[in-house]
Amino acid sequence: MSSINYADKIPNNVNLSEDRKLQRALESWQPAYIDWWKEMGPEGTATSEIYLRTAISAEPDGWAQFGHVKMEDYRWGIFLAPPEKDRKVNFGAHKGIDAWQEVPGEYRAMLRRLITVQGDTEPASVEQQRLLGLCCPSLYDLRNLFQVNVEEGRHLWAMVYLLHAYFGKDGREEAEEMLERRSGDPDKPRILGAFNEKTADWLAFFMFTFITDRDGKYQLCALAESGFDPLSRSCRFMLTEEAHHMFVGESGVGRIIERACQVMKENRTEDVRKFGVIDLPTIQRYLNFHYSVTSDLYGAEVSTNAATSYNMGLKGRFEETKIGDDHQLEHTTYAVLHPVSGGFQPIEVPALNALNERLRLDWAEDVAKGVERWNKIIAKHGIDFKLTLPHLAFNRAIGHFSDIAVDPTGKVITKEEFARRRDEWLPSAADLAYVQSLMTGAVHKPGQFANWIAPPARGINNQSVDFEYVRFA
Amino acid sequence: MELKRQHLIDPVVCIRCNTCEETCPVDAITHDGNNYVVMAEKCNFCRACVSPCPTGAIDNWLLVDNPWSIEDQFGWEELPLGETGPTESEPAPLPPEEVSDLLAAATATTGPRVPAPASATSPYVALYSREKPVIARVAGNMRLTADGAGSDIHHVVLDFQHNAFPFLEGQSIGIVPPGVDDKGRAHNIRLYSIASPREGERTGFNNLALTVKRVPGGVGSNYVCDLKKGDEVKVAGPFGQSFLMPDDPEAHIIMICTGTGAAPFRGFTERRRRNAADAPGKLMLFFGARSPEELPYFGPLMKLPKSLIDVNLAFSRLPGQPKCYVQDKIRERSADLAVLLPQAKTHIYICGLKGMEHGCDEAFADICRLNGMDWASLRATLRQEGRYHVETY
Repeated sequence: MSSINYADKIPNNVNLSEDRKLQRALESWQPAYIDWWKEMGPEGTATSEIYLRTAISAEPDGWAQFGHVKMEDYRWGIFLAPPEKDRKVNFGAHKGIDAWQEVPGEYRAMLRRLITVQGDTEPASVEQQRLLGLCCPSLYDLRNLFQVNVEEGRHLWAMVYLLHAYFGKDGREEAEEMLERRSGDPDKPRILGAFNEKTADWLAFFMFTFITDRDGKYQLCALAESGFDPLSRSCRFMLTEEAHHMFVGESGVGRIIERACQVMKENRTEDVRKFGVIDLPTIQRYLNFHYSVTSDLYGAEVSTNAATSYNMGLKGRFEETKIGDDHQLEHTTYAVLHPVSGGFQPIEVPALNALNERLRLDWAEDVAKGVERWNKIIAKHGIDFKLTLPHLAFNRAIGHFSDIAVDPTGKVITKEEFARRRDEWLPSAADLAYVQSLMTGAVHKPGQFANWIAPPARGINNQSVDFEYVRFA
Repeated sequence: MELKRQHLIDPVVCIRCNTCEETCPVDAITHDGNNYVVMAEKCNFCRACVSPCPTGAIDNWLLVDNPWSIEDQFGWEELPLGETGPTESEPAPLPPEEVSDLLAAATATTGPRVPAPASATSPYVALYSREKPVIARVAGNMRLTADGAGSDIHHVVLDFQHNAFPFLEGQSIGIVPPGVDDKGRAHNIRLYSIASPREGERTGFNNLALTVKRVPGGVGSNYVCDLKKGDEVKVAGPFGQSFLMPDDPEAHIIMICTGTGAAPFRGFTERRRRNAADAPGKLMLFFGARSPEELPYFGPLMKLPKSLIDVNLAFSRLPGQPKCYVQDKIRERSADLAVLLPQAKTHIYICGLKGMEHGCDEAFADICRLNGMDWASLRATLRQEGRYHVETY
């Protein structure tokens, strides 16, 4: 079945009411989730009504229904993409057998870990973004932020459902811990590093949704290939929602660039800070930061963990079934860039061990295309400036580049030089202070935008740009 | 000229997320390193891709005589400019004689030569005829008047699917009821005013709505009022080159109607609401019916913000109250109308029953006299400049 049962306390399309034990378990997790949302969700929004998209079915025509709702009343639920008939395990040692509808016993621990790590990122990003609404550049942007937030919340539900439904007591404990960890808390941090960084301003938020949520997309794509069918179906539906997050990021940065270019042209100057907009070099430094920090999320370039989860049939490659090879990779190699005495060299490693790197490169290619589209905005204004992605080895804390210092072009330098020139390449304290100084108050008048960002090309769901996307009580 | 409707993706707005390609049930969407594109020969307008698209880039529909190939689309940096109307130099085809006769009768008092407002968009006229109609499918049919009300007025939505049917607010379409009359001849064509704005009854959908009152024994109105969802209807048109909306946000529009005469004004109002809700030009509506139950679109009309439209309703059969007609409401608003009438951006439209014209004329004459203006000469100027339009039946 694919229609969603809204009569239940927890909307779902997984026949939850037929499994009383699971239903009770999730219903007892639900109040803890709402408490977490009240404590760590967007600040000061309890009474606002937001023009949100809510799924009423997982079919194409039903999952984007728009209306004004309070965030606490948002119907977080459990939605899986419709099952694919006769789906198989499509890669790894078990390639060709029917996809698992239950957890294969021997892979239980590995699978639980994969789901927990994915799930932990979802509440983490809500926590990272909880203060942004207080300095929103428009109602349109505020609405987009909240849409991203509620959907991250729903993605947590998707993973918690899997933990509860398939992992018994261990799974329930993992689900509880998801609500206990806190982004940036030194005692109980979120699992992955990038999710403990602050999202202190809207440029960071847009960069995060453009770059880091795109990591989320690629991780979800890899999990959507999973031989464990409930995970695959969960991730496939999450991907449809994830596209919106990428849109918010790409168009958000694009509009900041557009505004910077407008002011540069109008005033024939590159020094746009005195006009209260964000200069292109600062945008480049934010890009360098978010790109390098997110690169770390893929883990070590050469990894036996990745090989194991692939071999087990649990986590595939991006678009696994579209790749024309044996989907087992036991006898193939893959060239991975390694640091070698003062430079870099591609070295062939067993393809199974290079899966992290391969996914990272798929992601990097996708990020690069978005950056190209930003450059088109700059070129359209006739401005001689190009945003570029830094070298993959730049500013890395995880993997085999973490021991060396590299400038954004990929030149290996000393650690001292890196420390000395850091502020040329990464946002300095002054950059952060400047950007935050632009974002001290919220713009709440429909159709009005903060000075540092251009309005979007069109509104949400065919509404006008000056539509009242958020109503305050 | 044969225009086709083509589904296209706006490359400026699209973020290449692949959701549409993933969603399309007929694999009509593909991409290269540059753009996501729609194959015109495969797309069946099912719109399954529209709501999942996070950006709205997918929701573009152009009228073309030759569909763009995917190779064309791959090379785009932005959408080509849409067909917005025929060029000025292109003479509009004449409507068939039976349609001209109907239009002439409807505009008898102003004469057929009243030009369209100067700012109006050039309309397409008679793209389809009785001999070569376009097939529309009924997307919905809903009774607008209350169950117990004396009149039975329907809101009928027609969808043109892949066929282009470009129209403007104020235009009409022709429908020929199927079958023959008692003399064995094909029925006469019936004209119905379009009640939707040009972008469609629902923005982006290739559809339009009609507001039709069932006339006892009337062949045309009974045919239309009895249409069921999914029925196919042969449609001619669009018709009308004069009773068009000024395309100017500063234009003041005074709209006076009774019953289903509200149809074109619903189109005007929706056009403003969706595209220029904060336009400086005023919309002023005088709308007459016997009672609220018989006033089509009474509910939605009451929900429109006052900043968009100034609504004046006249009911002639309210129990225990004196009869009130549109001309009475016009007189009540003398002060405001006296300010609007002499302005160069003011337009007057009257649509409804024949009898209403005379009363409106007298009311305007009174307002002018009391404010030192001469209605006869003002009306002549308004007509000449395409700012005074009457369509009655």
